[in-house]
Amino acid sequence: MTMFEAILLTIITASTPLLIAAVGQLVVERSGVLNLGMEGMMIMGAACGFAVAILTGNSAIGIVAAIIAGMAMSLIFAALTLGLAANQVASGLALSIFGLGLSGVIGAPFVGAKRDAMPRLDLPVLSDLPIIGKALFGQDPYVYASFALTFGVWWFLFRTRPGLVLRACGESHASAHALGYPVLKIRLLAILFGGGCAGLAGSYLSLVYTPFWSPGMTAGRGWIALAIVVFASWLPWRAMAGAYLFGGITILQLHAQGAGVRIPSQLMAALPYLVTIIALVIIMSRRTGQQTAPASLGTPFVPDR
Amino acid sequence: MRLVLTKREDASPWMSLVSPLVAVALTLVSGAVMFVLLGLDPIKALGIYFISPISDVWALQELAVKATPLVLISVGLSLCYLSNNWNIGAEGQFVMGAIFGGAVAIATHGVANGPWVFPAMMLAGMVGGALLALVPALLKTRFSANEILTSLMLVYVAELLLDWLVRGPWRDPQGFNFPQSVMFEPEAQALRLMADGRVNIGSLIAVVVVILGAILLGRTLKGFEIRLVGEAPRAARFAGFSEKRMTWTVFAISGALAGLAGIIEVAGTMGQLQPSISPGYGFTAIIVAFLGRLNPVGCLIAGLFLAVTFIGGENAQISLRLPLDVTRVFQGMLLFYVLACDAFLTYRIRLVRGEGAAA
Repeated sequence: MTMFEAILLTIITASTPLLIAAVGQLVVERSGVLNLGMEGMMIMGAACGFAVAILTGNSAIGIVAAIIAGMAMSLIFAALTLGLAANQVASGLALSIFGLGLSGVIGAPFVGAKRDAMPRLDLPVLSDLPIIGKALFGQDPYVYASFALTFGVWWFLFRTRPGLVLRACGESHASAHALGYPVLKIRLLAILFGGGCAGLAGSYLSLVYTPFWSPGMTAGRGWIALAIVVFASWLPWRAMAGAYLFGGITILQLHAQGAGVRIPSQLMAALPYLVTIIALVIIMSRRTGQQTAPASLGTPFVPDR
Repeated sequence: MRLVLTKREDASPWMSLVSPLVAVALTLVSGAVMFVLLGLDPIKALGIYFISPISDVWALQELAVKATPLVLISVGLSLCYLSNNWNIGAEGQFVMGAIFGGAVAIATHGVANGPWVFPAMMLAGMVGGALLALVPALLKTRFSANEILTSLMLVYVAELLLDWLVRGPWRDPQGFNFPQSVMFEPEAQALRLMADGRVNIGSLIAVVVVILGAILLGRTLKGFEIRLVGEAPRAARFAGFSEKRMTWTVFAISGALAGLAGIIEVAGTMGQLQPSISPGYGFTAIIVAFLGRLNPVGCLIAGLFLAVTFIGGENAQISLRLPLDVTRVFQGMLLFYVLACDAFLTYRIRLVRGEGAAA
């Protein structure tokens, strides 16, 4: 494997969890809900996925557990913000703090445990292609799932009627309600989907990327995923571009450190966060009318009769 | 079956006092359930968490030390949240305050001395915190970039900056290569209130800040402006209040207070800069602000309560071998319950059987 292939491969593994989480969050925000609990849901996925995989000896069961953990976390958020019309920003923050704590408690017995990373799934013929073959077609199942997810979400949001209804809820919940659509039910499903994606993304970190459990291992990836959604102007394919941009920066700074570039390692480590800020600014300052956020984003909806 | 929310016409002041207490009670019950699940005696565990931190004089001093940064930060955050500015990067502003204030202490170390050093450090700390907080304010007002994300990203940047400083340029040359700065001179440390205790002047400053904050919000036009911008931005615009100027003001104030908390923590309890100087005060202060109902006096009470969880968590780590993360679980649950109880203040909530026209 050449150096180039190796870098490409690591970029893909760094980007995949960001993409899965961001695409899930994109659906949530398109329905008009801002769930800042990404970090908490993601790390719960990482902890539960790893714990269950160790206990059962089966990564697939671990992944299912991670998705369920993410959805369970998002259900708390849904109960607060939909059921009780609580402030979404504060509820999301609470979810992040709670998830970071609870994952530490759940994961504590598993610190130091090891599992082999999941095997890669070579697609025959395609993976023998020169240069890009190994990187694109010799990946673990998550990578293919993340591509499928991006396509599926795009198709759902922009090519199906339920997707249109979901977007309507995000643009104007009052109108969607007046047309007879169950706004809260739709938002509940979107929140659960986002939670499941966050859990899945978290399990990638503890089952494939590292692969072990350490407290706080998401290291702000949930927040970066939120930034990617803004960066992507709430469009799935741009979320993919965003995720790969951030994954690429993460990996390039690692390689630069490894190659002995004489810059403080802390500056390199701060790069993804700084780039997130700069990217947000650039995207917001170049934004034109049609690319703005869903109009009802973050406002609670209380149906009246 | 479904929940039906109807807006209350009258928000009773009595209930707004009761709801945080209900939230605390529900947190304790949930905590007991969690301890049972972890195979512990819930009464004993809750005792270690919530009674041991207030059981003797030494513990009460520790409580004041831990509550000080929480109260200072949360008063500033309350101003932000009241005016709909979501500064969640107080942790970074705390660190930046410690860096700026610490710079003064290190620059004067063994060179100049005098009673002016600590006040100068506090001033520098406030400037540092405010400068970092003004970055999201600038990006929000100039580019309408989301302040939640930008302020949070800067937390990581500030922490890495501190890490670099204490491992690199500011490392104590006589420190056996430990990543820490020189010990500050006595003049550069916060004044202790009791000769053999840990409480320092910072706790007094926090009380003063609470009083000033209460006066600002309750008795001045600026305080009215802050609340009006948050609750009725349209009306505030008609009244000629500038939302942008408000964003700058509250970010600067909250950043300065977080920075002040940072330098007080470093100069008061550690006496030097270290790679990690906060057990998450900046994030816990968000919970303090909400539990205190975005009211400075409420923040004082809530800050004391959350300080209890920090100390209880440390005690439980020693005597029950529980991970420190249990503290965060408590804090997260507490915020959940606070938010849920708040819903009962603004809405009448009824459970209705069967499917209604509205869902």
